[in-house]
Order: sequence, then C-alpha cells, then structure tokens
Amino acid sequence: MMATDNIAYEEMIKGIWRDNPVFVQVLGMCPMLAVTNSAINAVVMGVATFFVLVGSSFLVSAFKQWIPKQVRISLYIIIIATFVTVVDYSLLAMLPAIHKELGAFIPLIVANCMILGRQEAFASKNTVKFAVMDAVGMSAGFMIALFSLGAVREILGVGALFGFDLFGPDFEPWVIMILPPGGFLTLGLLLLFFNWMTEKRKQFLIQLAEVDNETIKVKANG
Amino acid sequence: MSDSIQEPGSRRLIMSMAIAGFISGFIIIAIYLLTFDTIKENKARELQQAVFKVLPGATKMQKLHYENNQLVLVHIDGVDDEMIFAGYDEKGQFIGYAIQGAGPGFQDTISLLFGYLSTEKMVIGMEILDSRETPGLGDKIFKDMDFVNEFKGLSIKSDLKAVKKGKKIKETEIDAITGATISSKAVVKIINKAYKKWSPQIPPVGNEPAWVENNTAQKTESQ
Repeated sequence: MMATDNIAYEEMIKGIWRDNPVFVQVLGMCPMLAVTNSAINAVVMGVATFFVLVGSSFLVSAFKQWIPKQVRISLYIIIIATFVTVVDYSLLAMLPAIHKELGAFIPLIVANCMILGRQEAFASKNTVKFAVMDAVGMSAGFMIALFSLGAVREILGVGALFGFDLFGPDFEPWVIMILPPGGFLTLGLLLLFFNWMTEKRKQFLIQLAEVDNETIKVKANG
Repeated sequence: MSDSIQEPGSRRLIMSMAIAGFISGFIIIAIYLLTFDTIKENKARELQQAVFKVLPGATKMQKLHYENNQLVLVHIDGVDDEMIFAGYDEKGQFIGYAIQGAGPGFQDTISLLFGYLSTEKMVIGMEILDSRETPGLGDKIFKDMDFVNEFKGLSIKSDLKAVKKGKKIKETEIDAITGATISSKAVVKIINKAYKKWSPQIPPVGNEPAWVENNTAQKTESQ
C-alpha cells in the first residue's frame, strides 16, 4: 500500500519539476505566450486548464476499455471540448471581466497539445487514481509556468502585480514586456534558468554519488 | 497485424462516437441553460452601468428605437446596434442620450458608448464597452483617465478631432494619447460617425422622450 501511494505521489510531483509540461516538454506554448501579459490572466488560464485536464484524464482513464483504439483521438477531443465549453460558459457567467480578456483563448484550450498529450500518453494506459494524480501534477506545473511568466511580464511591463502598483508613479514600464516579443524573451530566459537549475542539480547528484563511492571504497580498504 | 482479429466493426466505432457526442451535447445544453440567465443579467447590468457612467446623474434609463421619424420605446430584451438610450434622474427628469458606436481600432473593433447633451450639443462622457487594443498602449483609451476625462464636456458643434498632446486649440479638439495615436483617433472617428448617424434622428430640444413609469423596457433593465 505504501509503495503505490509513493508511486502516485511521484506521478503528481513529476509534472511540477522533472517533466514540467512547459519548461521540459515545451508543450502548450500558444496559451503560454498569448495570455500571460498579466498575472491574473495567467492564473485564470491555469485554473481553466487544470479543470479541463483533470476532468478529461479522469473520464478517459475511467472509460478506457470502452474507447475503441481507432477513434480514440476523436473521443478524447469530444471529452476535452465538452469540459472546455463548461469552463467557457461558467467563466462568462461568474467572471465576465476576465472572460473578456481571455475571450478567444478559452475555446483554444481544446487545441492545447499538452492536454491531448496526457490523454494519449498517460490517462489511456493507467488507472483512474494515477491518471488524476498525473493530471493534477501536470496542470500544477503548467499553472506555475504560466504564473511565473505572467508575473515577470506584469511586474516589468506594467510595474504591478495582480493590479497592485509596486514601484510608484516614477517607474517607467517596459512596454515591450507585455507585447508579444516580451513573451518570447521571458519564456526564453525562463527556459534557460530552468535548464541551468536542472544541470546544476544533476552535477550535484553526481558529486554526491562520487563521494558515497569513495567512502564505500575507503571503508572497504580500511 | 496481430490484433486485427479483435478489430471492432464499424458499427461499434460509430456507436461509441454517437454516444459520446450525445452525452457531450446534453452536457453543453445543460450548462448553457444553467448560465443563460446570469450571462444575460451581467450584460444588461454592464450596459446600464455604462449608460449611468456616461450620463452623470442618471439613475434610470429607457431603450429607444428610431421608427416613423420619431424615437419610440423598445419593449424587447437585449440590445442591438439600432438602439439609443435615454437617461433620467430620480424624478424622471430627462438628462441626456447615450449613443452607441463601433468601428475599427488598431487591432479589432472598438465599441463604445458616449453621453450626449442635445441642449448644449456636448459630449458629456465616454465609456469603452469592448476593445482588444494593445495592452499597455492602446488600452489607455480606457485606462488613461486624462484621456477619458477629456470627453466630459466636449463640444461637438463640428466634427471632433484628435490632435497631438498639448496642441489642443479648438473646443472640439482633444489631446491624443502619446504612443496610442491610432487608438485615440479611432475613438474620435467612431464618435463622429455615430453622431452623424443619430443627430438627424434626435428630436429637437424640448421634445425629449418622457419617462414612462412601469413600462416593460424599463422593467427588463431593473431586473
């Protein structure tokens, strides 16, 4: 029992760092660049994606033995599109101001390859528990990536975070950061940072292993 | 192919697609019906707030249509492009008209509402209803209060004109936003166009449409 719990936990954690959908798999770039001009837009997009991904992963995994292989992609799309429509109308009813900003990008969640990718690569081959864990992790990773991009762009491009002024009236905003080029620049820098961190961690682990080996050798010799 | 023996027949494929489509359609209809009222209410409230914003002092409004050479009350739900709004204060005293306008901006259509005082031939307020202008630049047409406030008491005896910031001479000119000239000019152009369309249809001063108590047009707005 402990072992499966650990594995399930591992499935969730991997989406946040090791297999982060944005920084490692470089998936879902369209919403990533399009809606991250402010932190709040990024967060709402993240929540919407979370709902769609968890819901679809659950259904795909639960019904996997009834989904014929030949039409699986179309069925995944039907499931995803249904969840997206639910999100679209709920946002329109509950948060009309934000829906106005995100408008065109909510229906495009259907075409987010990250979501379809998780159905094909994971949910259709695993149990409901693992599929949901994986979906939670992946969408959390996606949300973290969206938020970091949105926060950096809003802080530099507007001088605010979640609409709260940070630097006072003297700050001259870097307008380019909220325009499309700013999205590409920030994404590039974040990818660089992420890869650098991963490399550092790898070297640290190698060093750790070498130290361990040496102590074992010393013990064996002594 | 080893699994070709178990390959399901086309009937099963069609059936599974049909069932999925049916369930999906059912869910979509359910969510549409569930949210329909709230969405309609939101839109009505948004419009009402915009009308009250461009007509300072207004607390009641009526929807009007131009028909048979006069403005008549509209008794249907919702809003269309052929409507004009009349604002009234607490006692039902006429304040002014709120006129809709739409036209191309820098990226997409800008739609707006402006308050018009027929006695003074004056624009007394402007509110952007919908726009997709560049964030940080073009969106200053509603975020930059200096620009928005220029429309509070702007004479429209002749066509409005957007000029470079600080170059305003005539009373019908307004200062464009630095870095968002195209968006500023678009706003002015939309107001001019809408004004040209509506000014011949607005009744002469003294013949303003009166407030009608408990009419259906008002009822739908106060819901």
